[in-house]
Amino acid sequence: MKSTLLVGALLTAMTATSALAQAIKLADVAELSGGGATVGTNWKNGIDLAIEEINAKGGVLGRKLEVTHADSQSNPGVARAQVQKALDAEPYVLLGPGYSGSVKVTAPLAAEAGIAQIMGGEAAELTQAGNKFLFRTSFGQQSSMPKVAKYIHDEMKAKTVAVVWVNNDFGRGGRDVVVKELDRLGSKVVADLSTEAGQADFAADVGKIKAANPDAVFVYLNEEESARILKELKRQGVTAPLMGETTLIGQKVIELAGDAANGARGHVGLTTDAPVDLIKAFREKFSKKYNYVPDHNGLKGYLAVYMVKATTEKMGKVDPKKFADTLHGLTIKAADEPGILMDVTFDQNGDIDRQSFLVEVVEGKQVVKQVLPKLK
Amino acid sequence: MSNLFDLLVAGLATGAIYALVAVGFTLLWQTSQTINFAQGEFVMLPAFLMLAAMHVGAPFWLAIILGILLSMILLGLAFKLLLVDPMMRHGVLPLAIATMALAIGIKEAVKQFFSAEASPFPSIVPTGDISILGHAVSLQSLGVLVVAILAVLGLTTLLNRTSLGHQMQAAAQNPTVARIIGVPVERMILLTFLINAFLVALASLLITPIYLAKFSSGEVLGQAAFIAAIVGGFNQVRGAIAGGLLIGVLDNLAATYVSTQYRAAVPMIFLIAVILFRPQGLLGRAEERTV
Repeated sequence: MKSTLLVGALLTAMTATSALAQAIKLADVAELSGGGATVGTNWKNGIDLAIEEINAKGGVLGRKLEVTHADSQSNPGVARAQVQKALDAEPYVLLGPGYSGSVKVTAPLAAEAGIAQIMGGEAAELTQAGNKFLFRTSFGQQSSMPKVAKYIHDEMKAKTVAVVWVNNDFGRGGRDVVVKELDRLGSKVVADLSTEAGQADFAADVGKIKAANPDAVFVYLNEEESARILKELKRQGVTAPLMGETTLIGQKVIELAGDAANGARGHVGLTTDAPVDLIKAFREKFSKKYNYVPDHNGLKGYLAVYMVKATTEKMGKVDPKKFADTLHGLTIKAADEPGILMDVTFDQNGDIDRQSFLVEVVEGKQVVKQVLPKLK
Repeated sequence: MSNLFDLLVAGLATGAIYALVAVGFTLLWQTSQTINFAQGEFVMLPAFLMLAAMHVGAPFWLAIILGILLSMILLGLAFKLLLVDPMMRHGVLPLAIATMALAIGIKEAVKQFFSAEASPFPSIVPTGDISILGHAVSLQSLGVLVVAILAVLGLTTLLNRTSLGHQMQAAAQNPTVARIIGVPVERMILLTFLINAFLVALASLLITPIYLAKFSSGEVLGQAAFIAAIVGGFNQVRGAIAGGLLIGVLDNLAATYVSTQYRAAVPMIFLIAVILFRPQGLLGRAEERTV
């Protein structure tokens, strides 16, 4: 009896290990706590949703996907340690982190290991360092900021602009591109304000904006700080129109800032309010599973997994060495792979080309005002 | 110039909140030699208690009352009985370290039970402006100032004008003699813990609409209030009030006229200067205690 049990247990263990060997292993390192918790949690949930869907339909090339999540605590140092740990387990592809600073310090590790890294960072410099293994899920600042500057100059007709940015890789990268572009177009930057990550009190910064009395304010901060400055702008009665990026008008910002978010505008590479059927369906599935409306980071996590699927199916085999080469220059059409949601092309740097949106917050809701087409 | 006026109002409003928290610091120090390094987390927690009450369906006003009562039980009574009393026997330093551990415990517990993400928090003061001397002043800043001033006035009246206050002061200044003349010293000490809990809950109610409810928001506050208490004089309630207001204004002026990057450094530099040239604090008296 005892031996039968033992054999049974051994057999179970063996089947279990063989099933594990079959699964394609992905590793995710994201901002699950700390200042970027909103970013990381959405990203993680997006990944989990995509994997659940793909596995329910039989996986990729008949193999299931599996992911491990690690918390970077929104700290580049921790992110580096977690990525090193994740790479030691030899994943097929590395997902994350979402913060540009964390991507910057972890990208060399993934490149050295020869493993493709699909991340959420948007700082311009990330894809300009010649890294052949790094891929974006959203626009880099070099693609989005010129659109932002053009909108401020052409549509808002602002001759003077106050630029508020967060003093980290993400903020500095965006600030540099937008200031250069505004200057080129002829809009004058009358206040150039750096703020700290995690800053709680924006009374002084808003005071400076008020004193500069600009035609428009460009706000480029992370989500929580965006909410705080929106409240302070309202509190001090600043009436100049506000322009930003995804981080100014995201769902979480609207939830945190309440009324103060109304009227803010932003250029958005990805939004769950996009007038695109596949995105609407995604939003519904996500909301149903997690009981809240995802922001663009939920979309990014979801897309990252479908990028893995589409690239692997294009190769016809699971080959971590060839993965990056295959994804460079690849165009994935939503008609062929609905999970990719919108047609997208990856260039040789890992940057993406895709249509984008101009969004305004109206009565607590993101409303898409314009659709800006794919460049090529 | 109008910019300076706005800055002063905003700085005073933040400073008033620092003052509330700093007063609590000095009260605990005076009556029981407790340096509470979890004071910042004490400000963060009541907001979450109020949010929890609202989550189970309580209206905002009831949530405020429940939050303050719960804070007084947890951060006043339980804090004294379960942490301060047992640790006090081992001296000031082990107690201070125990409060640091408590700070980490509270932060992680909030992160675990609520979320690591920030949550919005309703304001007791409506948004909007009123005009004072031709300047638009936000109702929120004004409301914060008024509530904080009322709280401080109430506290000083209690301490200076009532028999209870005199007993508390006696218990703080010389517990042995106070005990001999019949002051219930233990009860007075407990009372200061309850008052501290009330003050931090009030500070929580005032600051959270601006800073958002987040597990880590106590770090900045605790540090600012600690600096305020030392700058003003750790053994004087009025010193803590002055220190709080001063740090609030200084922080805002530094952010505007020095640089946002160095705003956090300015109060620190000020603190070093105070410690070097006036170690008892601006309004403090030289420490007579031997502990």
